[in-house]
Amino acid sequence: MVSAFLDALLLQAGYNAALVAVGAALLGIAAGSGGTFLFLRKRSLLSDALAHSTLPGVGIAFILMVALGGEGRNLLGLLLGSTVSATIGLLAVDWITNRTRLAEDAAIGAVLSVFFGFGVVLLTVIQTMSSGYQAGLEGFLLGSTAGMLFGDAIVITIGGALIVTVVLLLRRPMTLVAFDPEFAAASGVNVQRVDLAMMGLVMAVTIVGLKLVGLVLIVALLIIPPATARLWSNRTENVVLGAGLIGGVSGYMGAALSASAPNLPTGPIIVLMSFALFALSLLFAPARGVFAALLSRRRFRNRLHRRQGLLALAHGGSIQDRMTRAVLRREGFIRGDATLTEAGKAAAARVQHDERRWAMARQLHQLDGFSARYDSLRPIDSVLTRDQIAEIDRRMGDPAFFDRSGDGS
Amino acid sequence: MNRVAFKVERDQGATAAFVAPGESPLSINELTVSYGEKPAVFAVDATVPPQSMTAIVGPNGAGKSTLLKAALGIVPRLSGQVRVYGKPLAQVMNRIAYVPQRASVDWDFPTRVIDVVLMGLYRELGLLRFLRSPHKEKALACLNRVGMADFAYRQIGQLSGGQQQRVFLARALAQSADLYLLDEPFAGVDAATEKAIIDVLKALKAEHKTLVCVHHDLSTVTQYFDRVLLINTRKIAEGPVATTFTEENLQKTYGGRLATAHIEQLKLPAA
Repeated sequence: MVSAFLDALLLQAGYNAALVAVGAALLGIAAGSGGTFLFLRKRSLLSDALAHSTLPGVGIAFILMVALGGEGRNLLGLLLGSTVSATIGLLAVDWITNRTRLAEDAAIGAVLSVFFGFGVVLLTVIQTMSSGYQAGLEGFLLGSTAGMLFGDAIVITIGGALIVTVVLLLRRPMTLVAFDPEFAAASGVNVQRVDLAMMGLVMAVTIVGLKLVGLVLIVALLIIPPATARLWSNRTENVVLGAGLIGGVSGYMGAALSASAPNLPTGPIIVLMSFALFALSLLFAPARGVFAALLSRRRFRNRLHRRQGLLALAHGGSIQDRMTRAVLRREGFIRGDATLTEAGKAAAARVQHDERRWAMARQLHQLDGFSARYDSLRPIDSVLTRDQIAEIDRRMGDPAFFDRSGDGS
Repeated sequence: MNRVAFKVERDQGATAAFVAPGESPLSINELTVSYGEKPAVFAVDATVPPQSMTAIVGPNGAGKSTLLKAALGIVPRLSGQVRVYGKPLAQVMNRIAYVPQRASVDWDFPTRVIDVVLMGLYRELGLLRFLRSPHKEKALACLNRVGMADFAYRQIGQLSGGQQQRVFLARALAQSADLYLLDEPFAGVDAATEKAIIDVLKALKAEHKTLVCVHHDLSTVTQYFDRVLLINTRKIAEGPVATTFTEENLQKTYGGRLATAHIEQLKLPAA
């Protein structure tokens, strides 16, 4: 199993497996980067309605092609059909949201289920048709890779390249609309058209990915990679790039994993792979991860208790808070009877001196952005330059200033 | 059109120069906006003279923000006309800067302070040109004007309300516009920020810019602005603060809901 997985990773598991792995990676890149802006606009669920609305189009296109004397399985014909019905689905959501008192979530739920239901009915009807080659149509639901052809890979490659190009080209207006649509409109951006472009990207991803991942699960590839990348970065560009990367890796690894054992479904494995990356990120991402948050809370708490306790003792008070006592004790600043150790005395003097400097600095810089950085915890030398501190010390040496600032701490 | 111009001339008396609508940075004619079947703004006229600082004042729900948004084409107008420097909006977008309400965006969005200010340059950059160091320098200079240069590389979620407002103002500065439209720039900010913002706005006026602010604090109108537009769905009065911001007009605007004691505190100009 492991060696089969390695073979698949290195594209040594046969022609079809290699085709699937490369296709899935490209699709993942396109889906991750193309889905990011809809995610940032907080309209990700719209992509689910869109994906489910493709099914009737697939069915109708098949029936039409059979009626016209074809075998009904022409890929471009089926994709064209799904594009048309996804567009109708989107317009329906849009119409319900704008013209009725129903909110977007209700519109999405209604359109999604009705279109999907209609599509399933059509597929059932198709199964009973005597003409046409209907095997494999249900692959559009959950994706199938068994019959992946070179042509399918070409569709994914060209579609993926187009999607990434449009993302790069429209990154600025899309960022603007996602962050602040009112400002975007006031700077001359046509918000409706940009929204349409975001939707168009998601539609393109869905259609291109129909065959590989299927319409039920494609939404995962549009949402999970951006959500994962968001955990790692505070910059829009990096979220877009990261989502593409995470999507690509999920696609490639998922495809390789599913190729390494018989009968592992590719689409669902790709989705699970992207979820694994998400779960890891959620736990371990710096700043926004669960562990980082715990750690930083803990560090903050210690800092707070240390400073508060040392200040209280420096002013000759006593410490009632058990947590404060525990922190100071652990750091060797107080003894068991809550009196300061030598190290504690030095630390208390330092903290008190820092407070005095802050009081002076805030007096001198009242209206600068700087005084907003006073949070009662941060040491002043982490905020001001050495020259500025020297100036503050000089003023503090002046007895007239010293008296005024002394009571502020 | 002529009727509006004539009225403005008469209102301002000898203190202000005659403003033809064609030269006005912002002239609004019979503007009506409606949410559902209730007009939020009804048939409002306004003509803003160049180099002026106008406060749009009125009670909550009077349509102040809506008027501003409709003037910018952010919300659709049901009827009426807006001219900016005598031209239709679409032709002069690049002469307008807009500061929306702080609460209108998600401050957890993945972006840094400097990136927000750079958004003010997107119009100039277009789709293809890359950001280069002159653009960054310009953004930093704008941040510096509002006292936020130290925060350039922070995530925007770490800012206080007042700091967020200053960043929005810096973004508007980056747009290098002639007409500045601001929606409640002083709402919920600290005293230091209020001072920083009004200093920048006054400096802009001194640089021959024109400013229009939705403003909610009656006590600072005379101190900050030279013109006032009083509205409550309809326009109540428009003109220089000295002749327009009177007790009679305020009572008309607020429908007698202002306590006499409150009005006395405003130190209104003697009628």
